[in-house]
Amino acid sequence: MSERTDARRPVRRPLTLARREGRAGLAFVTPTLVVVLAVVVVPIAWTVLLAFQRTRLVDLRTAGLLGRWTVDNLTAVLASPGFWQALTTTLVYSVAGTAASVALGLVAALALRRPFRGRGLLRSAMLLPYVAPVVAATFVWQVALDPQYGIVNVLGTRLLGWDGPVAFLGSRGDEVGLFGATVTVPTALLTVIAFETWRYFPFAYLFLLARLQAVPRDLEEAATVDGATPLQRLRHILLPQLAPVIALLCLLRLIVTFTKFDDVYLLTGGGAGTEVVAIRVYDALTARYDLGAAAAQSLLLAAVMALVLGVYLRLLAPRLEAED
Amino acid sequence: MARPPAPAPTTPPGPRRPTAPPSGPAHRRRPSRDRVERRLIALGRPVVLAGLAAITLGPFLFMLLLSVRPIEDLLLDPGRPWPAPDAVTADTYREVLRPVDAGGQGFGTLLANSAGVSLSTVALTLLVAVPGAYAVARFAFPGRRQAQGLFLAVYLFPSVLLAVPLFVIFARLGLGGSLPGLVLVYIAQTVPVSVYMLRNYFTSVPVSVEEAARVDGCSRLGTLWRVTLPLALPSLAATGLYVFMIAWNEFLFALLFLAADRELWTVSLGLAQLAGGIEVPKTVLMAGSVVLTVPVVVLFYLAERLLAEGLTAGAERA
Repeated sequence: MSERTDARRPVRRPLTLARREGRAGLAFVTPTLVVVLAVVVVPIAWTVLLAFQRTRLVDLRTAGLLGRWTVDNLTAVLASPGFWQALTTTLVYSVAGTAASVALGLVAALALRRPFRGRGLLRSAMLLPYVAPVVAATFVWQVALDPQYGIVNVLGTRLLGWDGPVAFLGSRGDEVGLFGATVTVPTALLTVIAFETWRYFPFAYLFLLARLQAVPRDLEEAATVDGATPLQRLRHILLPQLAPVIALLCLLRLIVTFTKFDDVYLLTGGGAGTEVVAIRVYDALTARYDLGAAAAQSLLLAAVMALVLGVYLRLLAPRLEAED
Repeated sequence: MARPPAPAPTTPPGPRRPTAPPSGPAHRRRPSRDRVERRLIALGRPVVLAGLAAITLGPFLFMLLLSVRPIEDLLLDPGRPWPAPDAVTADTYREVLRPVDAGGQGFGTLLANSAGVSLSTVALTLLVAVPGAYAVARFAFPGRRQAQGLFLAVYLFPSVLLAVPLFVIFARLGLGGSLPGLVLVYIAQTVPVSVYMLRNYFTSVPVSVEEAARVDGCSRLGTLWRVTLPLALPSLAATGLYVFMIAWNEFLFALLFLAADRELWTVSLGLAQLAGGIEVPKTVLMAGSVVLTVPVVVLFYLAERLLAEGLTAGAERA
């Protein structure tokens, strides 16, 4: 159709291929872009506004979008009791949970790399913790770890000779004898980290296995011929190949874990030394209707996250350039 | 059984290069170290595999076994994971599924709510994500890099930060306790992931197929609809499944928006409320957990391979 018009009016040249491509691309991307802007970007921008305004939910119908600027929310949040403690807990929780889940995922990927009988079955079983709904997963843990009738405690006291049942999810700290010395360990926090590791190692496993399958066979064979032992091959051939994926996984997991709400909330409700910042945001929102405080705290979370991201990119940038 | 285990190979398999024999004192130790490591790995691998099977399957088996136990049986012998053979019961499931006015927990309604929310989320997310992913994968247009960067940035944006503004907007619009409102929130979380996954798929559809369709007179949209999407159908299914999983398993926003109205609860929320509320036997809770878990796990296994590929596409090139 357009060809005929063009033929009749040779003066006006048809759009170049590139320009037509560009137009089509814009036409296709616009709906998606509009939705993402409307449901993600605008709300986030509003969070920033709310963080700098004095707003409670009751004021909301009367208050305007702009005005009454203040940094009170931020200063109040920073000075509020328990905030720094919660931030520390969040850091410990996310760094330990990320490291452990990626490490376990690596072990699993290496162990399942070569075929063996029942591998197919185990491969699908491996993803269960990640696929199962968080509510169901936390319930099983709660029931199994219960101090009164939980099977872990029953078996532990009966077979392993524990002194008494351990309140895995309710104890801020327990004294544990270690090489003759007594150490106080944050039991509930460690349990929550263990849950995080268990639930998300399949994610790391999935990515690492995919990357392992793509490692060229002859690379390892050549190393074997040259006399490299299995551990040397892991250290000098596999790990360098996996490094970019491991870095990416760490970043992804860290970001998600850092703002994790439901796992911790469902396991402990934020008690016994497991209060993470996300739970404080939820509390400010639902218990006190303090939008300003909720927004300010989520903004601070985002700021720390941006910092992590910045450091990561700074560290990674030289290596990426080197690879180019 | 009677056969002795095969001895571990004493030399590395594969031909040794005759031209480059290991030489020097540093190399002389290698074979023995190699043997030790190989033996350790041969012994350790089954242990690791058994451990992995135990931690992944164990909890779910435990959940299943508890759900068919009467509560008395559990309290009588909490250290025995399986029920007494004559005590196995399906009463827990009956109680979970029975409607509330019949004295049960009414999970039938909750399942319907969850299914409705999840399926609507899948349909709307795909509708929104497909054109964007296609554009980013196929066309060079001004601002393409920025658009791609934006999609990635929102993909990385954590959902808890969205909770505050969405809570406010919904309170203002009066959408607070409604299932369509929840679907909107879920779209915010699933579109970015879907764009990322679908883009990977679309780049793997050969351009030449599309060009052939264009030459035959198909419009851009027609090409996408008649050629590319059918070719990418398995990938669409995988992305849809992942979106379904996110929506079905979601808890925070259901809690924020629906907690007040029992009629609207999703299964996840219903189960959590059940646990926090008046005394419900743990065995009934476990039956509820099974009811919540089974649909998503069954769907997952139907499309497991697709999903694994979809999620990790790009990892191979990373």
